[in-house]
Amino acid sequence: MDDCITLTYQVEGGDLSHAGEASSGVKQALRKLGLDPSVIRRVSVCMYEGEINMVIHANGGTARVDVGLDDVTITLTDTGPGIPDIDKAMQAGFTTAADSVRDLGFGAGMGLPNMKKYSDEMTVESTVGVGTTVTMVVRIE
Amino acid sequence: MTLKEVRDILHAEVLCGEELLDTEVRSACGSDFMSDVLAYVKNQALLLTGLVNPQVVRTAEMMDMKCIVFVRGKQPDEAILDLAQDRQLVVLATKERMYNACGLLYINGLRE
Repeated sequence: MDDCITLTYQVEGGDLSHAGEASSGVKQALRKLGLDPSVIRRVSVCMYEGEINMVIHANGGTARVDVGLDDVTITLTDTGPGIPDIDKAMQAGFTTAADSVRDLGFGAGMGLPNMKKYSDEMTVESTVGVGTTVTMVVRIE
Repeated sequence: MTLKEVRDILHAEVLCGEELLDTEVRSACGSDFMSDVLAYVKNQALLLTGLVNPQVVRTAEMMDMKCIVFVRGKQPDEAILDLAQDRQLVVLATKERMYNACGLLYINGLRE
């Protein structure tokens, strides 16, 4: 579709110090496209929390961002361990992250709740042992 | 309040972004927990933290902040400063503790 721009990123797992590079790339690309700053910020928070999750839980994955006229859709796909209980994972404060992640200022069970808070629509599909796909839509006002 | 005033009030050292010290800031937040900073999306321009790692810079970048103040005498490494410089962020370091640093800025007029 002509009116849609797609950005794709490979997110490397394991290296926590580089987590956020894809989100930074998305943010800069959206700025160049001239999107509203509040939309860019919401997309950035959703993408960044999701990217951190992929790095710490799933050894990386792929991020696809579709920028349309009416909304921005972020699709994060990994082949990590999967989420056994999605409802539980969505609860603020529920975490399975290691202490090393808390040292980074994350890992206290706020990632998915933050992503839900700042997206207009969010779906989480996960199969244990296969992987997880998180889709978030941020509408352009 | 300008970042120059922030520097003076906190007796802070400027680690990068000296040329951006005339930037005006109207709001701030203090936290060592980056998910909390991301959770409260407002227009905070200044981040005070005792956490020292590249994710502090990434968080400030995602939130369109102008300045990071490392409290309790924490010193970021070159990689963190390079990233901040690249993102046009001012980085200050103060020996004040978090509570005192926030209090000093508050009583001097940074109240949002």
